[in-house]
Formats: sequence, structure tokens, C-alpha cells
Amino acid sequence: MIPFIIRRLLWMVVLLLVISFLTYIIFYTLPAADPAALRAGRQPSPELLASIRQTLGLDDPWYIQYFKYLKRLVLHFDFGYSYQNNISVKQQIFDRLPVSATLAFGAAVVWLLIGIPVGIISAIRRGTWMDRVAMGGALVAISAPVYWLGLVSLYLFSKDLGKFPIFEGQGAYPSTGSIFTNPQEVIPALIMPWFVLAASFAAVYARFLRGNLLEVMSEDYIRTARSKGLRERRVVFKHGVRSAITPIVTILGLDLGILLTQAILTETVFNIPGIGRLAFDAIQKSDLPTVQGTVLVGAFAIIFLNLLVDIVYAFLDPRVRY
Amino acid sequence: MALLEVNDLKVHFRTDDGIVKAVDGVSYTVESGQALGIVGESGSGKSVSSLTVMGLTRFAGNAIIEGSIVFDGKDLLAASDEDMRTLRGNDIAMIFQDPLSSLHPFYKIGDQLVEAIQAHRDVSKAQALDRSVEMLGLVGIPEPRRRIDSYPHEFSGGMRQRVMIAMALINDPKLLIADEPTTALDVTVQAQILDLIQRLQKELDTAIVMITHDLGVVAEVTDDIGVMYAGRIVEYADKEAIFAAPEHPYTWGLLKSIPRLDSPRGEELVPIPGRPPSLILKPSGCAFHPRCPYVREAHTKIDPQLAPAADVGNGGGHRHEVACLLPGQTRRALWAALRTGQVPDQVLENVDVPETAIDREAVGEVLAPAGTEVADGVVAAEPVATEPAPPAVTDGLSQDAGPDAPRR
Repeated sequence: MIPFIIRRLLWMVVLLLVISFLTYIIFYTLPAADPAALRAGRQPSPELLASIRQTLGLDDPWYIQYFKYLKRLVLHFDFGYSYQNNISVKQQIFDRLPVSATLAFGAAVVWLLIGIPVGIISAIRRGTWMDRVAMGGALVAISAPVYWLGLVSLYLFSKDLGKFPIFEGQGAYPSTGSIFTNPQEVIPALIMPWFVLAASFAAVYARFLRGNLLEVMSEDYIRTARSKGLRERRVVFKHGVRSAITPIVTILGLDLGILLTQAILTETVFNIPGIGRLAFDAIQKSDLPTVQGTVLVGAFAIIFLNLLVDIVYAFLDPRVRY
Repeated sequence: MALLEVNDLKVHFRTDDGIVKAVDGVSYTVESGQALGIVGESGSGKSVSSLTVMGLTRFAGNAIIEGSIVFDGKDLLAASDEDMRTLRGNDIAMIFQDPLSSLHPFYKIGDQLVEAIQAHRDVSKAQALDRSVEMLGLVGIPEPRRRIDSYPHEFSGGMRQRVMIAMALINDPKLLIADEPTTALDVTVQAQILDLIQRLQKELDTAIVMITHDLGVVAEVTDDIGVMYAGRIVEYADKEAIFAAPEHPYTWGLLKSIPRLDSPRGEELVPIPGRPPSLILKPSGCAFHPRCPYVREAHTKIDPQLAPAADVGNGGGHRHEVACLLPGQTRRALWAALRTGQVPDQVLENVDVPETAIDREAVGEVLAPAGTEVADGVVAAEPVATEPAPPAVTDGLSQDAGPDAPRR
């Protein structure tokens, strides 16, 4: 187990190097706005542009820039400074990561609490009206785009029915604190985003679990469990669901890794200052250090959660050994 | 009273393609401590009939079950789901073909055994574990106290099947149904498992229904044998009669397709031609007729019933029934030729199979179509099961069915 983890961590370093390199290449190959021009404001003098270029290190060839970036990152864990915001990228990311994490993990709790029971009921009541309603609802939830769902729920629950508060204005979120320090304000404000973000995932998980459970219930060991004279409830939950739910761990790890930095639409619709929006804004402003930082954090989240999934799997399935 | 009485059992499944008649009128009885073998190809309904005895086809949702199953005086088809549950694993237990896929991969075998006990008995986990260790020892698993903490994938195939047997017998059931218990195992292990089943049957006095496609397996373990084809029992007899004087062409096919030590050297094995029939659109008349080398016109129209075969010198008192339209003496002449090592084509040259004559007993309540000469020329109208075989009708050769039967 330990050699396996070490091997995987080494691979993670290699992967992150490759990803950072690719980000640089893409940034310099694709046409993008000139960061210096964006920062200088309207009709800048050539001298101003030149001085900005020099300050940001844009005069060097891209591979020198990349090398310098890597050196700072490896030696000092320094992601550099934002081209546009005069603030260190590390600080930007660490300010926003808790927000994105709260959104992603909260939504995961919601979609698991909805998706798992619905999936199980649909499978064991296959073909009944409950199954049809659940799977029809799942289809709707999968098909509905998250920005549309977000806007509709904002319109219904925030404006018309007036039950849920929303974050007001840019940058309002940090002042309200984290879910741990200020739960009475943060939780109500996140209820709608959680449900909106969780909707399609709950639907996917319900369908996935339903399919898995149906397959598992025709396995030989289910027949054995029944032939032992176990109660049907025990057959379904202890023998069926136990097997059917294990693969959920895999997709849950991936989904969480992705959502940590890429819940862009939900963050935008509900005005949540998370990593996703940070990355989106940075791309629009050609803010390479911020883009690079968010890409690396996102990649790290996915790779790390994948590793975590593999480790957890060894505990869930006794046949898995590393 | 018999321990298990299955009477005219029919299990049909509704599917999108039509009704699958997996079991289509099967009757047999098992006495306490007796071993019955049910033999047939895949798709002959042998597994489905046993799963129905266990009440497991109820879970399929699309099964139509008719007939009656009486176990220990209790009507199992009328029993509630909860009654069936308390019966399963307690009074009737079952082991399956593939012991790896039949054990849950995520749980230690100790837990799976304990669960089987606690489903029926209110005992502590420690007591249940002790009992599990005892059973594992009984089925020949070395170091059972230690192995109880192993997972199924940590056992070999034969050991897994021993675990399955231990699990099935752990509550001391009256009946054990073994569904192809050795099919998924190495040949070297098969004999061990059969020996184990036989030994435990004697020690624990459990009745056994052994389902298999392998006549060698039933030869070892069972007393009586039912041969199933297309959802019916086509021949039923004690073990000796099945091997010495089989009467159904399908049984002949099964016997000729396995190697025997006592058959002439260099004799070729003869496979049964064709494939098992569709259970949705069964062949008309005798379901075996499309594959039968001795088929006659009338066989495609009349559905033969199980009728007493005129038994040949085995002391009498044994049940030997066959569902075949060939006249009894023709059947015996055919088998006599077959057992000398001839292939069906040669047999047909040497034995005259009458064009129109059919076995009166096998016709049952169905009236023979016009133009069919029923053995002695009398049209049979009585139900078969109630009337013993009048010797004069079916066997003209009675004692002469041996190897030296006349060849024409």
C-alpha cells in the first residue's frame, strides 16, 4: 500500500509538470489579449507599456518565463502575482478555495442524499409508477442546464417567494465568513446553489445506482442470500446495495475533484466568489499566473481525489490489493 | 409420506418474445434421506423446477407457476413469502454451480455462514461462529478456526464449494438441492465434492435432489434418476435401470455421448444431433422428435405421456416410466443394438421401426389420430397414470431386451 501511494504521488508531480507546461504553451500559442495593454488602461503611452512588460517579466521569451515560474513554485511554493489585481495568486486561491469547497461538498451531500435513495427505490420497485416518476424526473434534471435552473430558482425562491437570501454584489461573500465561522448566514445563502448544482448529479447518481443495483440483484450471490432464507430487506441492502454502491465512490471522487475548481456556472449565477469564477475572469483578462494557478490547483484536486478513491477502494473491496 | 412431492409442476415465464415454458408438467417425489438425480441439457428446465421448490422463482416477477409442491405436508405454492423464507436455508437448502459467484465477494465467509444461522436461529454471534467452524471442519476445510476470517477469493474452487455446502447444511436441512455442484470445478476436485456430498448425506440423513447434465455425477450419488427434456421428465427410473435398460431415445443419446469403461474398445461417442428446442415454440407432438433418429410420422402429432415401462428383470417394485411413442419392444430392440456399439444409422438398418405403430400407454388420454395403429389395435382412452401396464400390450419381449435381442 505505501509503495503504491508513493508511486502515485511521484506520478502526480510528473503530471502537474506536464499540465503547467501545456498551460504555458496554450497561452502563448493561442491568440490572447496583451496583458500589459489590459493592465495599462485606455490609450497608454508606449513607455508605460514597456515598463509594465518589464515589471511583469513579459520581455523574456516564454520558456525563460516558464522556467522562472517553475523555480519560484518549486523553491518557494510561490504562484507569482496576478497581472491584473496586484495580489499574489496564492492568496487569491486560498481566499476562494474554502468557498468553492463549501459549495462542492455541500452539493455532494445533497445529491448523495437524494440520488442514493431514489436509485435504490427505483431499482427495487422497477417498472412501478415510483420508478417511472423518479427516472422521468432524473431525465429532466439531467437535461436542464444549470444556469437555467439557477435563474429559474432565483426567480421563484429569491424574488417571488422571497425565502432564500442571496449574496449581494461582487466580493460580498468573504465578509460573511466561512460556513464554520458564520453558518447562520452562509448556509441559507448556499441552500439554493447546493440544490441547483446537485440536481443533475443527483439524477446521474440515481440512474447509475439503479442500473448497478438491477444488475447486482441478478447476481448468483443474491440468489444464495435468498436461498439462505435472509429477509428481503437484508438481501437488498446488505448484499445488493453494498455491491452496487461501491462504484459510486469512483465517480464521486472525480466529480468532487472537478467541481472544486469548475463550478463556474453555479458560481456565476449565484454570485459566489469561488475558484471557478476566478479562473474564468483570469482567462478573460489574459492573467496568466492566475490561470496557471487555478489550473494547477484543479489538476491537483482531481489527481489527489483519484488517489484517495483508489485507497478507499482497497478498504471497500477486499479483492483489491496494491 | 414422501418428504417432497412435486405434482404436474408448470413454470412459465412471460417474456417479450412469448411465454417460455421452462417447466411443463413435472412430477417427482423424494423420500426422506433419498437421493434423486435430475438429468438434462441446459434449458431443459431442471434448474427452474428446483428454484421453484425453493420459492426463488417468485422473485422473477414474470413467472406463472401451476401444479403443486408439497414439502413435509406443506403446500409450498400456497405458502406466504415469509413462510417460504423461514423454510429456505432451514428445511430446504441449495448449492449452486459456480461457488465463486455464489458467495458475496465483500464479506468474510465466517460472516456469511453466521448470517445463514442467524436468519433462522436466535443465537449469539459467538455461538454461530462456533457452529460455522464446526461445519467448515465437517466439510473438510483445514484450519477452519483461522479460515473463517478469509474472503471467498482467497479459497480455491473446490474449497469454495465446500464452504457453500457447509453453508447449505449449517441449519441441518431435510432436503438439499444441488444444482450442478461440480460443473464449475476441476475434474480432480469433482470426485472429492461428490464424495463429500455422499458422505454428508449418510451422516446427516439429508434427502438430496442432484441436478446435473452429467450422468456420471448422478451415477455416483443418486438412487433414482429423472431425465428431463424440454421442461418434462421423459424417463424416470432407478439408477440401475437407467444405465442398463434405458427406454427413451434421449436417454440413449445421453448415454452414448459419454465414454464408458464397459463399452467396446474404440467405440466412438455419438453426440445428440441438433440443439435443445425453443421453449417458446415447442416442437409439435413429442418435443424430442426433431432430434430423434427413430422418428415416425405419428410422433410429430401426438404428445407422449409418461407411462410405466415394462420393466426388465430388476426385481419389480421400482418405478420405471418413459414418455416415448415407440412400441416397447421396438425400444428394447433398438437399445440392444445400440449397446453393442452401433451408431443410430446402423441400428436403423438392423432394427425395424414400424411406420405407424405407437405405444398405447404413452398416448394417454389423447385419442390416436385416424390411421394410426395403436400397438394392439385398440384405441387407448384411459388415463395412463392410474392403470398399471398390461404386460401383453407393451412388451412382447419382456425378458429378452438384453444384448441378445433378435435383430431383424
